[in-house]
Amino acid sequence: MSILILAIPLFMFLLLGLTGMKMSHKLAGTLGCLGMGTTLVLAYTVAFTYFFSGSPEFINAAGERLQSILWNATWLQFTDKLVIRLGFLLDPISAMMLVVITTISFMVHVYSLGYMRDHHGVFEKGFQRFYAFLSLFSFSMLGLVVATNIFQMYIFWELVGASSFLLIGFYYTKPSAVLASKKAFIVTRFADLGFLIGILVLSYYTGTFNFTELTSAPVDGLANVFQVNEATAAGVKSIFANSATPLFMGASVMTWALVLIFMGGMGKSAMMPLHIWLPDAMEGPTPVSALIHAATMVVAGVYLVARLFPLYLMEIRSLEIVTVVGAVTALYAAVVACTQIDIKRVLAFSTISQIAFMMVSLGVARPEFHHGIGYMAGMFHLFTHAMFKALLFLCAGALIHAIGSNDYTAMHGLRKYMPVTHITFLIGCLAIAGIIPFAGFFSKDEILTACFGNSTLWYVWMSAVAGLTAFYMFRLYYLIFWWKEHKVHEGHHAPHDQPWTMTLPLVILATISCVAGFVPFGNLVTWNGHPMFDHVSFFTNLEHLDWTVAAVSLAVAIIAIVIATVMYRKENPLPAKFRNALPALWTWAHHRFYFDELYMFITKNIIFDKICKPIAWFDRHIIDGTMDMFAKVTQRLSVSIRGFQSGNVQTYVWVYLVGALLMATIVWLCLL
Amino acid sequence: MIFSNILIYFVVIPLVMLGMLFLCRNMNQIRTVAVVGSTALVALAVYLVIDFLHLRAAGADAVMLYTDSWMWFEPLNIHLAVGVDGISVAMLLLSAIIVFAGTFASWKIDPLPKDFFLWLILLSTGVFGFFISIDLFTMFMFYEVALIPMYLLIGLWGTGRKEYSAMKLTLMLMGGSAFLLLGILGIYYHSAPEGGQLTMNLLEISANDAIDHNWQYFLFPITFVGFGVLGAMFPFHTWSPDGHASAPTAVSMLHAGVLMKLGGYGCFRVAIYLMPFAANELAWIFLILTGISVVYGAFSACVQNDLKYINAYSSVSHCGLVLFAILMLNTTAMTGAVMQMLSHGLMTALFFALIGMIYGRTHTRDIRLMGGLMKIMPFLAVCYVIAGMASLGLPGLSGFVAEMTIFVGSFQHADMFHRVFTIAACCSIVITAVYILRVVGKLLLGPVYDEHHLTLTDAKWWERLSTVTLIVCVAGIGCFPNWINDMIHDSFLPIIEVLTK
Repeated sequence: MSILILAIPLFMFLLLGLTGMKMSHKLAGTLGCLGMGTTLVLAYTVAFTYFFSGSPEFINAAGERLQSILWNATWLQFTDKLVIRLGFLLDPISAMMLVVITTISFMVHVYSLGYMRDHHGVFEKGFQRFYAFLSLFSFSMLGLVVATNIFQMYIFWELVGASSFLLIGFYYTKPSAVLASKKAFIVTRFADLGFLIGILVLSYYTGTFNFTELTSAPVDGLANVFQVNEATAAGVKSIFANSATPLFMGASVMTWALVLIFMGGMGKSAMMPLHIWLPDAMEGPTPVSALIHAATMVVAGVYLVARLFPLYLMEIRSLEIVTVVGAVTALYAAVVACTQIDIKRVLAFSTISQIAFMMVSLGVARPEFHHGIGYMAGMFHLFTHAMFKALLFLCAGALIHAIGSNDYTAMHGLRKYMPVTHITFLIGCLAIAGIIPFAGFFSKDEILTACFGNSTLWYVWMSAVAGLTAFYMFRLYYLIFWWKEHKVHEGHHAPHDQPWTMTLPLVILATISCVAGFVPFGNLVTWNGHPMFDHVSFFTNLEHLDWTVAAVSLAVAIIAIVIATVMYRKENPLPAKFRNALPALWTWAHHRFYFDELYMFITKNIIFDKICKPIAWFDRHIIDGTMDMFAKVTQRLSVSIRGFQSGNVQTYVWVYLVGALLMATIVWLCLL
Repeated sequence: MIFSNILIYFVVIPLVMLGMLFLCRNMNQIRTVAVVGSTALVALAVYLVIDFLHLRAAGADAVMLYTDSWMWFEPLNIHLAVGVDGISVAMLLLSAIIVFAGTFASWKIDPLPKDFFLWLILLSTGVFGFFISIDLFTMFMFYEVALIPMYLLIGLWGTGRKEYSAMKLTLMLMGGSAFLLLGILGIYYHSAPEGGQLTMNLLEISANDAIDHNWQYFLFPITFVGFGVLGAMFPFHTWSPDGHASAPTAVSMLHAGVLMKLGGYGCFRVAIYLMPFAANELAWIFLILTGISVVYGAFSACVQNDLKYINAYSSVSHCGLVLFAILMLNTTAMTGAVMQMLSHGLMTALFFALIGMIYGRTHTRDIRLMGGLMKIMPFLAVCYVIAGMASLGLPGLSGFVAEMTIFVGSFQHADMFHRVFTIAACCSIVITAVYILRVVGKLLLGPVYDEHHLTLTDAKWWERLSTVTLIVCVAGIGCFPNWINDMIHDSFLPIIEVLTK
């Protein structure tokens, strides 16, 4: 059954991709939704079986969850040990990701039925292609999360990159979309270079690609707990310690491998300084932004770190790098999000910031503190964030669809016209701001607890970012739904709520955002499979709250919301005053701290003009010039001596005579 | 009896085709001969692959299978000796597929279709003959047979500065041949222990292991360079951009797809296999040169504006990777090299076919003068994107498999020198993405640049057949690489054995 989870989306991609043009739009859309719906049911079955069946394959007598490889086929054999297999690894995080991906993907499939039409209900051009690409993406993403070895992950990692490229550039006649897709591909490709080298280093020293061998060893036969037990840890460490070059530029080979692999994660998850592609990726259709650039693909980097977490744990320095990168990115993205005017860009920076939260959470996770709560919190936040951020994006899509612009200055006061969107968007905002009892509150609170357990610095830092989050989200909320509405122009009808295909996903996701916080994640997903709580009820998460942390984070969120209300509830001069007080900060934040300009300078002025062009010139003029010179010299020589072959008999006789005389003289001299 | 050996038919079929072509009176007859002949070649190659795998599975573990030898010129002990291992089988299949695709790509060749096909088939005779021979002289002869028609094909049916390019290409490759001939003669005169019968047979020379180490120091570089010129090794690659740019479609396809592979094939079959000592000692020099090729070609491709120049430089980069991997001298990397030869052959043939088709419609190859072709000719544009994706190494297409095998293999050398060059070579995957996406973005996507292009039509059936064949092969290798990987991998074991002796 599990193979169908991958096979159905792949088949849908081939079917829609090859025969889509012959199908009606409606049929293609229905087929796409049906395919994804089936995959959803299958994935839910697999995940629920994994979590709740209690079968000894999945959980041992001590209640620890196990890693289970459902199938694994050899795909490409490099050496005896290094083999790429394609398989299906089931463990808590992959089961959770199956649920997340299929849920959001199905919602987006349904939503797009309504979204990918114009105002008269006419389907957009390339509708079938859109569904084909969505299926391709779902296939790749599912393959990524169930990877049994790091190379399988890399394969699907590249495939999600390609499907992201195709979907960002969906409106391929629009130059900005083409540029954005190109940028996304190249930036993530650059990051993947690090990932690839990391894989090469790791596999060279450990002699395996397999996750189960890298992060765990079989204990008592079947009972394969995926924590690194002492034996594996010692084994892996000694492999690296005994390698020929234990230190390279001051860091151990293992640190290098892990940091390089993390570089791949930084690219996909848009961590600073490789984040520049994500805001531009918003050029894609909004459902795509919701699916790929908010909920699933961009968290692949977090997933990668989580997958290799036991290895990272062995090298605390690499985890510290993860923490620092995450924390800096979180703050940066939150500051920038406060100053953007494009609603999708605000959400994009918010996504970057929230993913950074997850990274920090993994980075500060230590097994000593609350059974590694940071790991659980990171995964929990991944889950809840996927739901409410997809919700926010789909709401944004509804708004853009109704207004026809991404710019929120064109929106204002929409709460009267679009009540459903208004309520669901508000739920999304409350969830991301971390207000009890919405989903984001619980997960964010646990992240802060984990930070608290690690160091005060990160706790204060991340709490401040959480406050900023609440602030910019409510700024956005008020600017869209409050303020004085624009006059509806003659001949245009007023903006209104959307058809059911678009409303239904909003309502479902909003419901999930309300209740997802109560899911007892501590019993489902932990870094070593060991459950955190003895008893589980609906209120488990509430009971186990650390109320000092929770009270502070709630207070911060509420204060931030109040400030946002004061500043943005109605049109007033406060924001302008604020801006004038810190003009430099505002300008820099508004221009995203000039990262794009910096990259543009490096790529265009340095790499393109100072490397590529001189090389091309060198090739044409020096290398090829030398070759041509050989030919020229030969030609010149021939020209200069061809005069001898004039055909003039008198000259020949003269030369003959002179030659003969010379010869005779030489012979005579020799004989003398 | 000579005709009881299956391999000889790879030469016989093209020769029969040549005879038939002489008799042809009109276009339809020419096409019939070309299509029937090339289909027969594909069928034969497929049969050979199946039979070969079957024999291997049944336990035939000789270095070469189907070996046979017929005396040709007694005083110098020259034979028509044939035999194949997994690598040659793969190359024969590749050549047959590209000849097949090339036939359809030149469906409307004009003028002088008959002469065009005559030369093209003669060229492929040389290619097939090269891959089946295991006698150095015969090999060299077929090598020359494959090179010479190129001059006429480019000079007569080419575009742009065709005379210049044809002359340049031929002279540079002939220069390589001169080195090669010298190398072959050197090998011949040292091919047997004192007093033994000198031989040209690869297997016998290798078994004799008689080439003096000092001579190897001299013979290895000249043989390697001789073949390396055809493999577009820096700094002997400059025939490639000009030659490809001027060549007609099918010739570019065959040239980049198969002929450049002769270089790589010869490098390990002759230079490394026969002179393992010098190969171990001197590989580092050529590693530097090929390492440069890989990055240098990719950077150069980034700023070209002519589609064919872009792909020619891209070929320099990709073929550089072939030689680079061969010089890593371990099984995994060398297997990757052959995979890369297959992959590069198929996708470059696809590229050149598509470029030819686009050029045939828009009459320009300058990407600055085109744009938004996706809207006008979606089929060709989609194929181009697929070719591009194969080139930049997207999983599921052949490029990924080849590159990853090479990188993993190369990384098995733990010293700093190999590491640095491996990582430098890895960097090419990013640069490749840059130039491929640059072309895709400018040429296919975005708004339509030239209004006149709006009236152009999409691919015709023969064009579709040609491209789809190649895409199916590219995707086939990309999705199911293991059988071909195993076949190649096993064939390298004898070579690795002599290297580690």
